[in-house]
Amino acid sequence: MSTVKPISGGIKQFFIEIGELAYFAGRFFKELFRPPFEFKELLRQCYHMGNRSLVLVMVTGFIIGLVLTLQSRPTLIEFGAESWMPNMVGISIVRELGPVITALVCAGRIASGIGAELGSMRVTEQIDAMEVSGTNPFKYLVVTRILATTLMLPLLVIMGDAIALYGSALVENFKGNVSFLLYFNRVFDALDYRDLIPATIKSFFFGFAIGLVGCFKGYYSKKGTAGVGLAANTAVVFTSMLLFVIDFIAVFVSDIFYDL
Amino acid sequence: MIEEKESSNNIMMDDREVIIHIKDLYKSFGKNHVLNGFNMKLYKGENLVVMGKSGSGKSVMIKCLVGLMQPDSGYISVMGNEIKLLDRPTLDILRSEIGFLFQGSALYDSMTVRENLEFPMRRHKEKLGNISDTTPLVIEALESVGLADAIDLMPEELSGGMKRRVALARTLILKPKIILYDEPTSGLDPITAKEIIELMRSIQKKYGTSSLIITHDVDCARVISERMILLVDGINYAEGTYDELVQSKDPKVEAFFKK
Repeated sequence: MSTVKPISGGIKQFFIEIGELAYFAGRFFKELFRPPFEFKELLRQCYHMGNRSLVLVMVTGFIIGLVLTLQSRPTLIEFGAESWMPNMVGISIVRELGPVITALVCAGRIASGIGAELGSMRVTEQIDAMEVSGTNPFKYLVVTRILATTLMLPLLVIMGDAIALYGSALVENFKGNVSFLLYFNRVFDALDYRDLIPATIKSFFFGFAIGLVGCFKGYYSKKGTAGVGLAANTAVVFTSMLLFVIDFIAVFVSDIFYDL
Repeated sequence: MIEEKESSNNIMMDDREVIIHIKDLYKSFGKNHVLNGFNMKLYKGENLVVMGKSGSGKSVMIKCLVGLMQPDSGYISVMGNEIKLLDRPTLDILRSEIGFLFQGSALYDSMTVRENLEFPMRRHKEKLGNISDTTPLVIEALESVGLADAIDLMPEELSGGMKRRVALARTLILKPKIILYDEPTSGLDPITAKEIIELMRSIQKKYGTSSLIITHDVDCARVISERMILLVDGINYAEGTYDELVQSKDPKVEAFFKK
């Protein structure tokens, strides 16, 4: 009995949090279309989230492309299928690895940043000061950040994909004497809109989830500096989990469309 | 601009106009009953100090006053406008008449001093006559707290006392009729605290504001108060001038003034 109670309490708390997150998302959509619009702050957030995550996403993408090719080469050679390397790498990066890895990197970089920033603003009463000065803090802080992550993540994914493919092409060029032109021709021959469109749509949802959870955790951060750390930490954990759930749903839905 | 309502809410007492009226205010957090029927009146042009121990509900009361928290029950009226009846836009307009100095200054970390002062003006341009250049107003507010040179600094470059001064300048930028001070001297050394108190007095003299000061600093209360309320167990336990309260033989009142 003693262990059942904490477990049921934890499950209850989890569902309460999901409900609160859904309400938070609803409030976002309500405020999104209601003036005044904070365009200047939106652009500032797009710059912060896009530009400042770019190097991290590029480095990660490059290494993923490089490692994926290096690891797959021996097996493909064994089956005499090394000529399929660009097809395999291209499809796996564009469909799955690019969006998921970029989103996970951004969850660590952006969601934790938003959680810590808003959490510290809550603790130091900056959010209250904003409210008292006649500015709607939800609109100014939350709507702009969620919108910025939703818009920026697909661009970061495209950049990450491109760099990952370049990393892969580099390995093929060194190890298999495949020219960059031939490599990229093979990649683009293998890809079609059924690979690109679901991955792009998925990236918007990933971006939305990163912004939503980061803002939710930070905005309702409990008092105290420990609360700020907790907000940043749980924002990353919760976002990462949510990304995989979204990914599963996206793959499941796109699979249904492929079968039609 | 929001007008002071000529209604029965705007009570005239002792030939003085009541600018803030709180009646039977209750607020609880779970089983913790913080405010248990608190009553208060702030008269126009007055400096009223509300003193209480830490956790006695002073900050909760002041936050209910500006609509940052919803009380469980009770009546709060500011300039004749009952807070709970106001919609968001009207409340925002009313808030432009209320300056709020937060306990920890609450300056926006990511903005310069200039941007911190310009921020409240974004939504209240009409009140300021739709001016395009806000720099003279920012400089005027900073000059009134003696920090005109700090205009381009970031909050992290300021000392605790300077932050409090900049926060005070930010509350003045919209030329409010009421200023609420939440522990204005907490966390400051005695000399800086004294400077802040003097600044509060000079601001009240210059702008003719009504001030509600929440504090547990007896020296601050002694210097600045015209009238004091002691908040004990969620109610206004004792009320009077500093001299009247300091002579009280009530043990709960005496406890505040013991050295």
